Amino acid sequence: MIKQYETVFIATPVLSDVQMKEAVAKYTKLIADNGGEIVYEEDWGLKQLAYPIQHKTSGFYYLIEFKADPQFVGTLETQYHRDERILRYLTVALDKNAVAYAEHRRQTRAAKAAAAAAPQPEEAPKAEAEETETEE
Amino acid sequence: MANNNEIRYLNPPTVEVRKKKYCRFKKAGIKYVDYKDPEFLKKFLNEQGKILPRRITGTSLKFQRKVAQAVKRARSIALLPYVTDLLK
Repeated sequence: MIKQYETVFIATPVLSDVQMKEAVAKYTKLIADNGGEIVYEEDWGLKQLAYPIQHKTSGFYYLIEFKADPQFVGTLETQYHRDERILRYLTVALDKNAVAYAEHRRQTRAAKAAAAAAPQPEEAPKAEAEETETEE
Repeated sequence: MANNNEIRYLNPPTVEVRKKKYCRFKKAGIKYVDYKDPEFLKKFLNEQGKILPRRITGTSLKFQRKVAQAVKRARSIALLPYVTDLLK
């Protein structure tokens, strides 16, 4: 039986970009190797934590949506638990409403990203214009 | 002062018609409460970060359970605090 899951983990802020990519690669590979299928990945970057965890006030958040056998979740979580780079993790099974929501969220985010990428050249001259106004 | 016949209240009598509460999830057709959106979940918390009761927010029982679940998940991944002062 295959179910859809979503997992968020928080890695320590001391990691470099390369180390963070390594950690992500480790888990994506783990999912793929155990017959899982990665649906979506999202990097939230360095975020402030709402409360300190292991004396750290920020962490790298990473979200992976995947389809796998329910038995795999246990192995994934033991891997998280043994990994010293991971401060926290949360794995959630997605029901049909959640899957629909995730789909919608993905699309809106993609649209937003596209919209943010497109009008940047327009925005730049505007900002310049404002600057010149203030200078005058 | 002069008008002795007139009855005066210390507090004006409450005659205002209460606005009916409604469940925002049912009204907006939201089916899934996302734990990844702390800004949205903050609408259901008081400033100490406690979950507000249904009698205040008007959420239906079905969605109150989902909100509670989402808030607890958000707390566990440090998107929301467990205890705080002056949230918002």
